[in-house]
Amino acid sequence: MKKSSLAIVALAFAFSTESIARDQIKIVGSSTVYPFATVVAERFGKTSGFKTPVIESTGSGGGLKLFCKGLGTEHPDITNASRRIKSKEVKKCSKNGVTDITEIKVGFDGIAMANAKSGPMLELSLKDIYLALAKDVPADPEGNTVKPNPYKMWNEVNPALPAAPIVVIGPPPTSGTRDAFNELAIERGCKKFPGRKALKKKDKKLYKSQCRSVREDGPYVEAGENDNLIIEKLVADPGALGVFGYSFLDQNRDKVKAAKVDGVFPEFEAISSGKYPVSRSLFFYIKNAHASVIPGIKEYVREFTSAKAIGSDGYLVSKGLIPLGESERAQFEKDGKNLAKFDGKVLNKK
Amino acid sequence: MNNLKKIEYSLKKRKRQESRFKIYGLLGIATAVTFLCIILSSIVMEGKKAFLSTYIKLEVYFDPDIIYTNNDQKEEDIKFANFQKIIKNSLNSFFPEISDKDELRKLSNFISSSEEENLMKLVLKNKQLVGQKITLWLLASSKIDVINKNPDMELIAEEDRLISDLELNWLNEIRSANNIKSNFNKNFFVKADSTEPEQAGIWGSLVGSFFTLFITLILSFPIAVAAGVFLEELAPKNKFTDFIEVNINNLAAVPSIIFGLLGLAIFLNVMHLPRSAPIVGGMVLALMTLPTIIIATRASLKAVPPSIREAAIGLGATKFQTVTHHVLPLSLPGILTGTIIGMSQALGESAPLLMIGMVAFIVDVPGSFLDSSTVLPVQIYLWKSTAARGFVELTAAGVMVLLSFLILMNGIAVFIRQKFEKKW
Repeated sequence: MKKSSLAIVALAFAFSTESIARDQIKIVGSSTVYPFATVVAERFGKTSGFKTPVIESTGSGGGLKLFCKGLGTEHPDITNASRRIKSKEVKKCSKNGVTDITEIKVGFDGIAMANAKSGPMLELSLKDIYLALAKDVPADPEGNTVKPNPYKMWNEVNPALPAAPIVVIGPPPTSGTRDAFNELAIERGCKKFPGRKALKKKDKKLYKSQCRSVREDGPYVEAGENDNLIIEKLVADPGALGVFGYSFLDQNRDKVKAAKVDGVFPEFEAISSGKYPVSRSLFFYIKNAHASVIPGIKEYVREFTSAKAIGSDGYLVSKGLIPLGESERAQFEKDGKNLAKFDGKVLNKK
Repeated sequence: MNNLKKIEYSLKKRKRQESRFKIYGLLGIATAVTFLCIILSSIVMEGKKAFLSTYIKLEVYFDPDIIYTNNDQKEEDIKFANFQKIIKNSLNSFFPEISDKDELRKLSNFISSSEEENLMKLVLKNKQLVGQKITLWLLASSKIDVINKNPDMELIAEEDRLISDLELNWLNEIRSANNIKSNFNKNFFVKADSTEPEQAGIWGSLVGSFFTLFITLILSFPIAVAAGVFLEELAPKNKFTDFIEVNINNLAAVPSIIFGLLGLAIFLNVMHLPRSAPIVGGMVLALMTLPTIIIATRASLKAVPPSIREAAIGLGATKFQTVTHHVLPLSLPGILTGTIIGMSQALGESAPLLMIGMVAFIVDVPGSFLDSSTVLPVQIYLWKSTAARGFVELTAAGVMVLLSFLILMNGIAVFIRQKFEKKW
């Protein structure tokens, strides 16, 4: 056995010296941005003469982890994210030598809550979502104290909702969709209680852990980084509600229907105008040190930020992307061209 | 008398027991066969659609005003010409009544975007075409293809359908002019992944699977056979070899994802081998296949009767000669069978490859062991998780391709066993 492992090691090293040069862009990251990035990559590969980039769907958190691991051809050049990079991740990046990155916002996405066509029509408020899915819910009407979430049925949360068990199928914690959902739906629902809101000032840490955590006792089912799987589970179980991006809703309108959140349907107009409450921005991050080493990075960024791709009638819009305003897009096109360095300090301002 | 009755009674009882036992067995097999039939038929029913794609007949006019924008008739011009507009104009000449810009865009979505490139190549090859009008069969986009293949989809309500009533009317007009046909889907067998279902193919991942399995084979076969021969023929029986034996048997039962984690930790993080490369995939799968082949090797070495070894040694052969001249050739059919079964296991594996980045969107067909690539089962998984409707049938067709390779490999294993294995 010893001999055999030696042989493997020897062979691996023989190849590893050869593998240092790379002429193909490697991209990791969010499963929500993945369907858009693949379209851009394919067009880029066909028209530019560069090799088509390789894209892995790892989730925003997983992508940033790989991205921040260091410089060098074995690390990815670009990571997609369906949320902004966190200051913790910026620190980790710079600790590993990845100090110079560029942030590009490509558009918006609404997080839809939907159930099967055969299921009941639902109208939820952010408060309902919080009460149904948070780990701890207020024990008194003001929200000064909390108790573990006792609700099992929708009508216990809000009498106007049907008397059906709470079953919500959604993404795992590594997903940007999940982060955004926690922040945009659960936390905002949490803030509706004055006692909770007051806690934010007193003990921010406790507030975050209580207002952003999803229950783990069954009603919230984690479905992995695969939005199609969620849709199939919804079709099989008309009583369940799913959490996924707008583009998947758009492609599967024959199978699922969206629930109103705070009285608004997740529609194109409502998301781009910000009327639909659970919408977030989509990003990708470029490792600037790689741009001069790996051929095609600048050209890929130019393709992705062009009006042709993400402008108001770009080809990604027909795939379900909700576009930025023209001036904002132009700004990011410029940032991409100059590889403007991302300043981690803007994250702390909030 | 009483005893005889007792015996008769118990005999009946035992016979009933036996027939019940038989029925249970039959029921078990019947259930298994039914499920297999259901799975296979549903895959074939869905997958066979992917082997055809839809083509639309159009009069294409290679407008010199669109192609030679700079009027100097250079190749550069052809390369950057707006062939989308040429296709749009051809469609428009079939539907002259459409003038709305939005409707025209919808209409131009009838034709696959890959045809722009094809037309460009056609003109590059034959520049005489510029200024001419020729009739061509152009590949339809996946949306049209899906509707054309599944006529029952036309009956569902407009908002639930892939295309609007207006587009359906256009499609019916094209149909009534007999300008639509189904043809063999060549793309499926020559292309790699794509975001457009009509342009996606299995070839890229098939090549990736081939590269990966090749590495797996050249690593695991010699190592495993050497290890097996050593343990079975040469190693002394002591606690150490017993320990190794137990470990090999355990290794065969380790979940495959563990090997992926090992590959990530050692091959990628320590040795800095490229992500997504078949060489790493092959190495990971080789680790996974090793115990299977070692166990098969030892079993078939054990099956060679000791008399053959004793005869060889009696005639003065060394242990090395005994093994290489007699025992190994005689046990080779068994070893090969085990190897092929191990290989087909590796062919169907996707979990360990997730960790080393082979689950990725890759458009270029890999050309070497270091190029990024996927493998067959991963491609099936990726198509399954894509939103566009056209991928449903591609997924099933991918499963058919994977299954036929598995059947082929297992068939070869059975053939070798039947043909060459000796019975003593």
